[in-house]
Amino acid sequence: MSAIFDEKIHQTLADSKLQLAIFAATGRLMEKRRKAVNADACPDYQELRTQAHEVKRHTIDHLDYYLELFERNVSAHGGRVVYCKDGTEVADFVLGLARQRRASLIVKSKSMTTEEVDLNERLEHHQLESVETDLGEYLIQLAHERPYHIVAPALHKTKEQVADLLTERLGVPRETVIEKQTMIARAVLREKFLAADIGISGANFLVADSGAIVLVENEGNARLTTSAPKVHIAIAGIEKMIPRAQDLAVFLRLLGRSATGQPLTVYTSFLSGPRRGDEIDGPDEFYVVLLDNGRTKVLADREKRESLYCIRCGACLNHCPVYRKIGGHSFPWVYSGPIGAILTPQFLGVNHEPGLPFASSLCGACAEVCPVKIDIPKILLDLRSDVKKSEEREGASRLERFAFRAWAWVMRHPRLYEMAGMAAASLAPSRDGGGWVRSAPSGIKVAPLDAWLSQRDLPSAPAKSFRQLWRERR
Amino acid sequence: MPARVSLFVTCIVDQLFPKVGLAVVDVLERLGFQVDFPEQQTCCGQPAFNSGYREEARQVARHFLDVFHDADYIVVPSGSCTSMIAHHFEDIFDKEPENLERARRLESKVYEFSRFLLEVAGVDDVGARLDEVVTYHDSCHALRELKVKDGPRRLLGKVRGLELREMDAAEECCGFGGTFSVKFAEVSGGMARTKIDSIVRTGASAVVSVDSSCLMQIQGAISRVGLPIRTLHLAEVLASR
Repeated sequence: MSAIFDEKIHQTLADSKLQLAIFAATGRLMEKRRKAVNADACPDYQELRTQAHEVKRHTIDHLDYYLELFERNVSAHGGRVVYCKDGTEVADFVLGLARQRRASLIVKSKSMTTEEVDLNERLEHHQLESVETDLGEYLIQLAHERPYHIVAPALHKTKEQVADLLTERLGVPRETVIEKQTMIARAVLREKFLAADIGISGANFLVADSGAIVLVENEGNARLTTSAPKVHIAIAGIEKMIPRAQDLAVFLRLLGRSATGQPLTVYTSFLSGPRRGDEIDGPDEFYVVLLDNGRTKVLADREKRESLYCIRCGACLNHCPVYRKIGGHSFPWVYSGPIGAILTPQFLGVNHEPGLPFASSLCGACAEVCPVKIDIPKILLDLRSDVKKSEEREGASRLERFAFRAWAWVMRHPRLYEMAGMAAASLAPSRDGGGWVRSAPSGIKVAPLDAWLSQRDLPSAPAKSFRQLWRERR
Repeated sequence: MPARVSLFVTCIVDQLFPKVGLAVVDVLERLGFQVDFPEQQTCCGQPAFNSGYREEARQVARHFLDVFHDADYIVVPSGSCTSMIAHHFEDIFDKEPENLERARRLESKVYEFSRFLLEVAGVDDVGARLDEVVTYHDSCHALRELKVKDGPRRLLGKVRGLELREMDAAEECCGFGGTFSVKFAEVSGGMARTKIDSIVRTGASAVVSVDSSCLMQIQGAISRVGLPIRTLHLAEVLASR
């Protein structure tokens, strides 16, 4: 694990206020989800999960077909599909269009895909103002931070911290009532919506048979983003595809419940193409940017491609006991929690943060709540093996590899195993009743032992192993 | 002729918690099973598998297949090791058809301890008595990979004198996670302390589980803060008279 990963984890654990904020917020989301998926609220919840998994599997296995179908249908409605390999291509497209349309202000609704390619920073670099309009995202943008959570970007901020932030950045009087804070942001953002030249959204789903994108939200900002400005650009990863509009009957029921415990979000928008001649609202131009940025690499890996089934509900984060301790900003990339731990190494390479797949107790809570049944623990195990293979090629972690080789050798030789056990026991203080020791025997310095003892006591060695007692019994 | 049961005691019970192994033998023999302990046994290979060392895990798993190839039933006092054998052997032998076949034959024979009692022995009352208030910790692999949830509670429910008090986060991980406990010691320790808070709120004087590794983590953290709570493997409770 890198020193920076270690340090961020340590800092988060040491901040008791932050610990409480994360624990309380994720706890509330867990509770809301639990109520929304129980047998009374959603009797067919497990069947929906199975169906969602199967639909995603089919779509991802035939993604080339559905991408072409989607593109044809978007064009038929007067929109345009743009394929981008990476963040640079996305920024180039947006900048080019902004120049042609003489645009200077962009409003954005929440999109992890644009976070993934640092779109705001890239646009600002070219003097284009790009304003986040989701309340949490707006706060994060004011604070110059990355989202803390896939669904709740400002989950870690208390209302007091938000009050300070608004005062500092907007020069408004300090306000700690959440509703009033919302009104402050709303007053700023309404003006931005009216003045914006381009609206950029993400897409929760790309519907192949309709050439439509689907957006779910609770604040109404995505509707304004996609209808007020003359140009709408939706930016989405290619894996957001579903074959048919009717499949939404499965996914929409799962997404709101898993994310925030809502049967449906407050707004669900189906957008296909620019405003037609007889319509009052809507943009004059409609673009869908389909981003690769590493996704085709994941697609090529049969073992791990189900990572692409993710619908970004964030349930795995809320239920992850590790995320609940180390929070979102300890993670090395924009995607945090269990899904971040499997996406980051696959998108950026296993060496980007080799410790990441190991930052899990493999408890399986993530897979249990995943609405599309991604087997996250299995993928983490595969990635751990990938990390070790890469380390072996590069000659890293030599001591650990040697230790596991020696261990495997001992485990194949029962006599050796027994002697090793007795040798270890002779070094440790013995125990007849069940004593627990607080420190290592003097003169013994082993890193894993010290790490264990930094947090907990260790059982002292029993006088006899089970096999010795077994022999005596016979 | 009583049914023959092969005990895979697990390396952690063998080396650190032999009383748990004796309790398993005691309960099984009382029920009339003939218990066999193949002495060539060592480990299932999980530590290497979970640490990314597939080849080393395979070597140890092959040894396991050799030792237990002719078992009728394999009883394991651990959900985690049972799951390694019953589920993950398939993953590590995906390129060795012969061993894959041997691993698959074992799948239907390997039982986590509480499951064996309920499904093979067909008993939920083993005649145990323990005058104590206990709470039950769902170990993750037993719960999520083997779906062991109500079984241990049913068995505990039949123990005379015992009161089971559920904790609010019974299904939340204790933070052990094998090498995770030392690679991310601070996170692991924090998870253990959250677990202990939940245990303390029940007022129970003992925590019961079906995995000695979880109990080592929980007891280690309890011992560090000096709380008067002990940990017991389910087998130890069921062997109490």
